[in-house]
Amino acid sequence: MAESPLAQPVARPAPHGGVLAPYRAVLASRIRSQASYRTSFGLDLGSSLLVGLTELAEVAVLFTSVSAIGGFDLAAMLLVFGLADLCFSLADMVVGHCDNLPEYVRTGRLDVFYLRPQPLLLQLVTSDISLRRLARAAVGLVALVVGLVVNDLAWGAGAVGLLAVALVSGTVTFAALFVWAGGLQFFLVNGSEMTNAFVYGGRYAATQPGTVWGRPLVVVFGFFFPMAFTAYLPAATLLGLDTFAGLPDWAGWLAPVAAVWAWVAAGLSWRTGVRHYQGAGG
Amino acid sequence: MTSHIIETDGLTRTFRVREGVRRRTVVAVDDLSLRVEAGEAVGYIGANGAGKSTTIKMLCGILVPTSGEVRTCRLRPVAERRRLAREIGVVFGQRSQLWWDLPTGESFALLAAIHRLSPADAAARREELVERLELGEFLTTPVRQLSLGQRMRAEVAAALLHRPRLVILDEPTIGLDVLSKQRLREFLVTERRDHGTTLLLTTHDMGDVERLCDRVVLVDRGRTVHDGSLGALSRTVGAQRVMTVDLASSVPSLALPDGATHLGEEGHGLRHRIGFDPDRVTAAAVLAAVSADAEVLDLSIEEPDVEDVVRRVYRSRR
Amino acid sequence: MLSVRPLSPSVGTPYLRLVVAGFRQQAAYRLAALAGLVANTTFGFLKVALLLATVQAAGGELDGYDVGTMSAYVWLSQGLLGSVNLYGRSEMAERIRTGDVVVDFLRPLDVHAGAVAMEVGRGLFALLPRGVPSVLVGALVVGMTMPTTPGPYLLGAVSVLLGITVSAATAYLVAATGFWLVETRGVALLYMVVAGFLAGLYVPIAIFPAPLFWLASASPFPSMLMYPVDVLSGRVDGLASVGLVAAQVGWLVVVGALGQLMTRRGRHRLEVQGG
Repeated sequence: MAESPLAQPVARPAPHGGVLAPYRAVLASRIRSQASYRTSFGLDLGSSLLVGLTELAEVAVLFTSVSAIGGFDLAAMLLVFGLADLCFSLADMVVGHCDNLPEYVRTGRLDVFYLRPQPLLLQLVTSDISLRRLARAAVGLVALVVGLVVNDLAWGAGAVGLLAVALVSGTVTFAALFVWAGGLQFFLVNGSEMTNAFVYGGRYAATQPGTVWGRPLVVVFGFFFPMAFTAYLPAATLLGLDTFAGLPDWAGWLAPVAAVWAWVAAGLSWRTGVRHYQGAGG
Repeated sequence: MTSHIIETDGLTRTFRVREGVRRRTVVAVDDLSLRVEAGEAVGYIGANGAGKSTTIKMLCGILVPTSGEVRTCRLRPVAERRRLAREIGVVFGQRSQLWWDLPTGESFALLAAIHRLSPADAAARREELVERLELGEFLTTPVRQLSLGQRMRAEVAAALLHRPRLVILDEPTIGLDVLSKQRLREFLVTERRDHGTTLLLTTHDMGDVERLCDRVVLVDRGRTVHDGSLGALSRTVGAQRVMTVDLASSVPSLALPDGATHLGEEGHGLRHRIGFDPDRVTAAAVLAAVSADAEVLDLSIEEPDVEDVVRRVYRSRR
Repeated sequence: MLSVRPLSPSVGTPYLRLVVAGFRQQAAYRLAALAGLVANTTFGFLKVALLLATVQAAGGELDGYDVGTMSAYVWLSQGLLGSVNLYGRSEMAERIRTGDVVVDFLRPLDVHAGAVAMEVGRGLFALLPRGVPSVLVGALVVGMTMPTTPGPYLLGAVSVLLGITVSAATAYLVAATGFWLVETRGVALLYMVVAGFLAGLYVPIAIFPAPLFWLASASPFPSMLMYPVDVLSGRVDGLASVGLVAAQVGWLVVVGALGQLMTRRGRHRLEVQGG
């Protein structure tokens, strides 16, 4: 068969710019676009702030009647709540839209990702960013700072290091939860609320001291969805309070291990979901 | 190695669908073997549910075939999707690759970044597309405010920005007015002539096929039932055009040339409908014959609908 | 949409049929109902863990709640969550936004009453796949204290129906702001945050500090969730429970009248502006 010259792979120019340039361009554009709608952005920020405040109030109200729950007083709870909510809000801001996967499928946005030369998951993650969640993150940050001040902490390199490790690992763990949910939603298009159980339920669990949990909750939110490692265990290690399930008092340092596990699970879930979507079985 | 830009062998795709409690297997694409040479323009037509979209999804790497082989631009679509994405451009009539809340021009800038085009290359290509598709007047308008015709032109530009070798268009003219259709077709003809771009399009509009394609592939229930020129297809099924003429005075019957047939009259001979085969007789010849009998006040010519052709082929096969 | 064909000339019949239609509509979403149930019970277990630990920390009794009644509060409120509209979104909001509501005004039915009736039907349906199973899971796995006389159940059923209706009628007000606002998402979000908190979804309002408690009591939100739970669980009984139901009726009259007024004004606005 004669080879047509047109069928020869055209010498394409080498891609221009860094590998990350496409993601940067999309994210920068999303940010500009949100900031440009002043009124609605202001309203969004306001309601996001209100969400954060009611969640804080929900915890604080309990302490008007009791001085400690599960061995955690209000000061310790502020630390747990601050860590959990700050990490969750940051993850929600960056990857929260992964939770809307059924909508991406329905509107065909997912198919459009297939036509672009980047990995699907990276495109999905960087396709949007919700700046309004900064307001909620601010509530978490304030609670965390107040918690750090009112608690009698032994400040030192160890405490600062643990705090940094916990913040990074916690955010990464919550981000994994959103992707984990996204992968499952390929199967649950009409039942996507199912994943709320561990995404938003996970956030709620993360704000609790694990000492109040019975064995099933320890298994589910202590280890399988490793919520205890995002806030409660680091706080317990920092303050020298009780850990659960016979974990050593330095268990807070294991937060990165939990983050790695969460991403392994999220990756598997995403892979299986995509294979299902493409009809390759699974 | 072959020279084909699209090559499928025994391509098959089945779906499991639920009907109440029972599950049933539906064959969407059945043993499709298709070869498209670089530079060809192929109309891929068939009724709704004939498996067109499924085929396109397999060509792009969105769907994995149940069995059979597929190569697009000599690449395996699923395994080499990211390389393939640089070689093909796809326009889905029903889904947008633009950012609806951004100005149209910014969508192009983002796509240039996504395809990592050099600024010089992106600017040149963008200028070419803006000029040929007449996008200049609404580059600063948010996509959500565009008319359907404007949006489709912007979608086509978005799919072609990275100079794909193969352009797949799924119902590109659906819902467009006559003028917008015309503009889009002219653009595609020019694009193909100047860049040797291969076109594969699905459409319900026979005008698209006639103006754009030199080859028609007709599918029925997942199987190819015709692969050849449009003329050959028309001859098989006798696709004809319908000319409707309004006359100044009532004429009971008209003397028509060979290849034209009288289909009916209304208003006591003031309006006549005439069918003709464009391969055998031109519209001008028909009009001239009618004018000889009476003064023509107004006329319209309907193109046969793809659905119509498809229906006739299907009917002849069953 | 549905065809509304009265079987008898009775005035109430079309609305009753809308309730039934809303009920049937939801029956189509089985997976969604299961998903809701999983989410409900997961939150239930977490709430139980925290609130029972709080009761224990308070020495076994917290503002009138013991372990059994607190558990009953958690599971009844989780069970009602799928039925009462605490999130502020509704089909009506979408119909007003898209202008489809114009069609509704052409029907020989009260638009406001029709929309609320549909919502109530949906809410009642949700009791089957979400409400009852949530409560059963809680009762079997955790255990809870429930009344032993039939009185609280009878009054409780009335109170649950009223709660669902008050929430549907209040969510309708959120939707009706769409006659004047282009985008009601912000209003719905605000409603969701305030309603959930003041309805006693997160913590029983009896535990609130006094000013918050009075703020909640002066709003229609406890009528949606807290009062039905209190009546049904028997935590409030006798004359006091009748008082709660009376408060629900009162709030229904208030939000209902407001809904009528807003619908009339909104319709007028549509007629003037032509949609």
